Amino acid sequence: MTTATTAPAAEVRRVTFDSYASDQSLIHAAEQAHKRNYKDFLIVDVDSHHYENENYAEVFEYIENPVIKRGALESIQRLGRSTMLNGQVGYQDIDGRITRQRLRKLEKIPEGQNRDIVMTKRWMDAMGVDYACLFPTPMLFLGLHPQVHVEVEMCRAYNRWLCERILAEEPRLISMLYLPFNDPDAAYETVKEFGGKKGVSGFMVTSPRYKPVHDNVYMKTYALIEEMGLPISFHAAYNWNDQGLAMTNRFISVHALGFMWFNMIHLTNWIVNGLPERFPKLKVMWIESGLTWAYALAQRLDHSYSMRVSDAPQLTRKPSEYMQDMFFSTQPMEMPEDKSILEATFKMLKAETQLVWSSDYPHWDFDLPGVIYDLPFLDETAKRNILGGNAARLFNLDPTPVKSIPDLDELRRRGV
Amino acid sequence: MAEIFVCPQSDMKDGDRMIVRTEAGRELGVFFHEGAYYSYSNYCVHAGGPACEGILIPRVLDLVDENRRQVGQDFGKEMHFVCPWHGYEYDLKTGECVGNRKLKLKRYEVVTRDGGIYVIV
Repeated sequence: MTTATTAPAAEVRRVTFDSYASDQSLIHAAEQAHKRNYKDFLIVDVDSHHYENENYAEVFEYIENPVIKRGALESIQRLGRSTMLNGQVGYQDIDGRITRQRLRKLEKIPEGQNRDIVMTKRWMDAMGVDYACLFPTPMLFLGLHPQVHVEVEMCRAYNRWLCERILAEEPRLISMLYLPFNDPDAAYETVKEFGGKKGVSGFMVTSPRYKPVHDNVYMKTYALIEEMGLPISFHAAYNWNDQGLAMTNRFISVHALGFMWFNMIHLTNWIVNGLPERFPKLKVMWIESGLTWAYALAQRLDHSYSMRVSDAPQLTRKPSEYMQDMFFSTQPMEMPEDKSILEATFKMLKAETQLVWSSDYPHWDFDLPGVIYDLPFLDETAKRNILGGNAARLFNLDPTPVKSIPDLDELRRRGV
Repeated sequence: MAEIFVCPQSDMKDGDRMIVRTEAGRELGVFFHEGAYYSYSNYCVHAGGPACEGILIPRVLDLVDENRRQVGQDFGKEMHFVCPWHGYEYDLKTGECVGNRKLKLKRYEVVTRDGGIYVIV
């Protein structure tokens, strides 16, 4: 028989699915942020997301071509029966197991405030994030749209909307703007027009697409980004219609492979064709492929290069050495039980200066800062560099922390 | 050990769940499912998410016939609760992490007496 003293509970609450708040749902993350004293140093999230489709009515108003604008606005009325924009088959929320995806519509926002900004800052503060680089979600597949002019128009509308409605309003949010890569001239014009705008910290190419990065049509764009001192990044996603990936039958498979696949191709082309030699000051970042792919590719390219220098004659160093000049976002960071494997990966990629932490929040496989902060083989300086210092140097951000980690008691009292 | 009052038995219908936070700051979930009570730590073994606050859903099974051909999928009888942060699934009856059964949530004893539900922490 159990003998126990009786003690009161501090709180008893029922689990329901009829309300939601971004910070409330991350109260355990806020606990971690307090325990690890994240208030003392800068944390920059180089890859987070919003759902621009929730604002399509606003974004589509920014489309300049009247024909495409009409098509876009009309497509909203069809309630998803057929859309002007392309998407992908997918079930990232694991068929409803990731509850925030369907509950987020219930979040209450103070009257007159920007929903996107309020929700984003709530999760940032709960995690302990000072600055977040915000990217779209459905538009990650826009590089696969069969109509190039739709990519161009939509990209321009989104970039204008993002700059005016989000980045101009909230200094803690930055972005690397979407480049309409399927139209090289439009990509160049995008850099020229938006490069100096508030919060624009670089440019992003969505990786699932079929234009090789070494095509000469892109050289003037790379030169311009290099001249501006901004980074170019490649954000991974998948294409389930890709001939190889079409053989997979589960999301776990197309995700595990697809998010590495396109970045492996682009990085290989980037190095083998000597782009680091042609653009030595251009900062290049690879986003959301995890880290193991780069660990493997560095070794594989070095091995082949040593026997086939004639295939990559512009190189003056080993491929892995060029990779050590590049930046890699961490998420979704693989966590082998044997941490020496991860330590070797960090060493291969020169993590202390080149690795930049990312959450990918609110997507299904997000990471908290703890994935870096809790690693046993990093010292405090390395942790702080990866969590924020490296990104601050890359994006030229003030390293003074600006976050406000919520008080836990207040957060609990407030409820949703 | 301390015994913490959760709620009157009448407050939990089959399928209901309560989250209890102790004065020491420990959080645990209390489940009432098919006439039995279960209680586990509310901190996911993965990233510390609120493990007991997601949906309940049975284990998914691949159906393989006598010729070892996969012929579809169905829900099985093993009930899981799912951490809403990343989808880690736990066996409701054991607290084992289904993706790696070496890992499990700390389990708490639940007792009922005089019409009340209590957990022992």
